[in-house]
Amino acid sequence: MEKSRPLWDNPLQFVFACISYAVGLGNVWRFPYLCQMYGGGGFLIPYFIMLIVEGMPLLYLELAVGQRMRQGSIGAWKIISPYLCGVGVASVVVSFFLSMYYNVVNAWAFWYLFHSFQEPLPWATCPLNSNRTGYEEECEKTSTTQYFWYRQTLNISPSLEASGSVQWEQALCLTLAWLVVYLCILRGTESTGKVVYVTASLPYCVLIIYLIRGLTLHGAVNGLIYMFTPKLEQLSNPKTWISAATQIFFSLGLGFGSLIAFASYNEPSNNCERHAIIVSLINSTTSIFASIVTFSIYGFKATFNYESCISKVILLLMNTFDLEEDSLTADNLSEMKDYLMATHPQEYAQLSPQLKNCSLEAELDTAVQGTGLAFIVYSEAIKNMEVPQLYSVLYFAMLLMLGIGSMLGNTAAILTPLTDSRAIAARFPKEVISGVVCLINCVIGLIFTMEAGNYWFDIFNDYAATLSLLLIVLVETIAVCYIYGIRRFEKDLQTMIGRKPNWYWKVMWAFASPLLIISLFIFYLTDYILTGTLQYQAWDATQGQLVTKDYPGYALAVIGLLVAASTMCVPLGALVTFIRKRLKRESVPTVA
Amino acid sequence: MLRVLLLTLSVVAIAHAELCKPDAQNAFKVRLSIKTALGDNAYAWDANEEYLFKAMVAFAMRRYSSKSTTQISNVLLCNVTDRVSFWFVVTDSSKNLTTVPGSEVEAAIRMNRNRINSAFLLSDKTLQFLKITSTLSPPVEPSTPVWLIVFGVVLCLIVAGIVFLVVAGIQQRKKRNKESTERENLEEKGDVTVTVENGIPCEALDLKAGHINGVFAADDERFTSL
Repeated sequence: MEKSRPLWDNPLQFVFACISYAVGLGNVWRFPYLCQMYGGGGFLIPYFIMLIVEGMPLLYLELAVGQRMRQGSIGAWKIISPYLCGVGVASVVVSFFLSMYYNVVNAWAFWYLFHSFQEPLPWATCPLNSNRTGYEEECEKTSTTQYFWYRQTLNISPSLEASGSVQWEQALCLTLAWLVVYLCILRGTESTGKVVYVTASLPYCVLIIYLIRGLTLHGAVNGLIYMFTPKLEQLSNPKTWISAATQIFFSLGLGFGSLIAFASYNEPSNNCERHAIIVSLINSTTSIFASIVTFSIYGFKATFNYESCISKVILLLMNTFDLEEDSLTADNLSEMKDYLMATHPQEYAQLSPQLKNCSLEAELDTAVQGTGLAFIVYSEAIKNMEVPQLYSVLYFAMLLMLGIGSMLGNTAAILTPLTDSRAIAARFPKEVISGVVCLINCVIGLIFTMEAGNYWFDIFNDYAATLSLLLIVLVETIAVCYIYGIRRFEKDLQTMIGRKPNWYWKVMWAFASPLLIISLFIFYLTDYILTGTLQYQAWDATQGQLVTKDYPGYALAVIGLLVAASTMCVPLGALVTFIRKRLKRESVPTVA
Repeated sequence: MLRVLLLTLSVVAIAHAELCKPDAQNAFKVRLSIKTALGDNAYAWDANEEYLFKAMVAFAMRRYSSKSTTQISNVLLCNVTDRVSFWFVVTDSSKNLTTVPGSEVEAAIRMNRNRINSAFLLSDKTLQFLKITSTLSPPVEPSTPVWLIVFGVVLCLIVAGIVFLVVAGIQQRKKRNKESTERENLEEKGDVTVTVENGIPCEALDLKAGHINGVFAADDERFTSL
C-alpha cells in the first residue's frame, strides 16, 4: 500500500509558502543598497526588465517541474534524465550550506529582540569603563550601535585567524532558532502550511507600520528625495544591469530546490503559471516597498546626525568664545563663523581642526548593506524614535519572520529528497529525519558563534551559493528545454494547467534566460580571477572601524571547497550514472 | 580714618583680583547652560544667583572638612561672561591672602555635586566644573539580565510545542498501525476487499488527491497497479 503524497490544504498555502520563502532578508538589506548605488529610481528600469526576462520564466520553470514530477529536486531531475541526478544533489548540497549559516541571522535577530525589552535600549548608551570616569574606550571611538553589534553581540576578534571561543549567549540563541525551525517543519506540509500564514503576512503588517512611522519622521523626506531621484547615467554602467540580474536571480531563491519541493506538494491541476507571476511580482513589489521604508529611515538618521553635528559645532564655538546661549543657531552659523574668524583670528585658527563641516549629503551618502544595515543602521534610527522598545520589537520580529520563512524553504529543499527516497523514509519517521538534519546544522552552526564567526559567515554568504546556483539553474534550463524537450514540457503543462505556454515563455526558456545566466557566470568568473587575492573586512577595536585584510590560505581552501562541493556534483552525477549503466549493460549479457 | 579704610579696602580688592583671575592657582572655571537645561523656564543669571553659588561652595567646603569655617565672603567669583561662565576661588580665612588648595576644593565639590546641581535645577552636563570630572552613575542592572528571562519564556513555549507535536504524532502512528493490523486481520479472513486504484487505497484518494471517476469505480474490482 503506497502512502499518498502529503498536500497543501489549499493553493493559498502554497502561494504563501513561496512568498514566505522568496521574500527574505535580501529584500530588506540588499535591494535598498543596490537602488542607492546604481542610480536611485533609475535602477527600477533594469530591475523590471530582468524580472521579465529572467525572474518570471525561471520561477515558472521550477514550479512546473516540481508540480509535474511530484518529487524533490533529486527525484525530479532523475526523471527528466538519469544523468541529471547530480543537479538535484548539487541543489541539496547548496541548500545544506545555506541553512548552516542562514539561521545564525535568526539567532542574531532573537538576541536583539530579547534585548529590546529594556529601558533604555542597550545600544543607546555606552557602558562605563572600569574606573567609572568615562565611557569604554572602544565605544567612544565608534558609535554605540556599532559597539553593541561588534563587541556585545559578536564579540568579534581582530582577524579570521584568532578564532576565539564559542560565545554561549549566541550559541543559546542559535539553538533556540533551530528549535523554532524544527517546530515548523516537524510535521511536513501539515505544520509548514499553517506557519507560512504567519511568516508571510506578519512582515507586511510591520512594514506598513514602519512606512507610516517612517514617513512621519523628521527628515524622512530628505532620504526619499535623495534616493529616488533617478541618476539615469548609471544605466550605461554594466554593473547596474549585472546587479539587477543577480538580485532578481538570488532574491527568488532559484536553484536551491525549495521551489521544486514546495511545488511537488501541489495538486497536479494547480495553476502554477498564475502563481509564478503572482509570487515574482509580490517579491519585487516588496523589495521596492522595503526600500521606501529604508530610505525614510536613512533620511531620518542622516538628518538627526547632521543636526547633532551642527549642535556640537555650536556648542564648541559658544564655549570657546563665551558667547551667550541662543546667540548661535543653525541659521546664522555661517555668518557667525565668518564674524568670529574676523574678530578672533588666532583662537579661531586654533579651533578649526575640530570644527567639522557638517553636510547632509555626506550623511546620506553612506551606503550600507547586509547585516550592517539591518542591525546597525536600523537600531541607530530606532533608538532615536519615541517609544523605541515598541519599534525595536516590531522590527526584529519582522526580521525573524523573514528569516524563518526562508529557512522553511531551505529545510524543505533538504528534507523533501530525503523523505522521498524509500531507503531512508521507510526506516525513520519524518520527525526523526527532520530532527537529525536540524541537529547536524545546529552543531556545525556553532562555528559562526565563535569570536571569528562573523568572518566565516561572510565567507559562506559570499561564496557558498553564488557560482553554484548559476551553474545549477543553467543546467536546469538547458535540461528542460533541450534534453527533456520543450514540446514534451509544453504537453505536460497542457495536461496540468489546461493550456500550452505562449511564445513569451518559450522564447525566454530557450534563449533569453540561458544566455543571461551564461553572461552572469562569465562575469563572475572573470571578476574573481581578476581580483587576485580575496580580501575581507575585519573589525579593528583600537581604531573603532573596519580594516581590509587578506584571507589566510586555509580560508581560501575552504572557499574553493565550498564552490567545488556543489558544482562538482553535476558532472560527477552524470559520470556515476554513466558508469552504472555501463556496468549494468556489461552484467546483463551474462545473466541472459 | 576714612583714608585708612579706603586704603585697606582697595588693598583687599586688589588682593582679591590677584587671587581670582582666569588660570590662577587653585581657581576653577564653571560653565552653566541654563537655557539648554530649562528652555522656557530658564532664569536669568544675576547677583542673587551668584550669591547662591558662593553659598553652595561654602556649604560644600564646610561639609567636606568639618573643622572648616568657610564664609560666603571667602568664595570669590570673577570674569562672569554672557555664556554664563566664570572663575571662582576659595580663600583661606585663617591665613591671609592665600587660597585653599585645589585638591580640597575639588574633593568638596565632588562630594556635594548632587546638592549643588539641584540648587540650580541643573545636571552634571549643564553645570560644568571644567577641571573636575564627575563620577558617572552606573546603569541599573537587574540581578538576572532581562534578555535571559524573555529567552527562557520563549524557549519553554517552543519546547512545549515540539513535545506536544511529537507525542501527538506518535499517538497517531500507533492508532494507524492498530487500524492497519486490524484491517490485515480482516483481509486474511477475507471479509473486506480493499479497493485500490494505482496502488493507492480508494479511501485515501477520497480525502485529498485524485478524483474517483464514477464510471469506473462502479464495480468493486481491483485495478491493476502500474
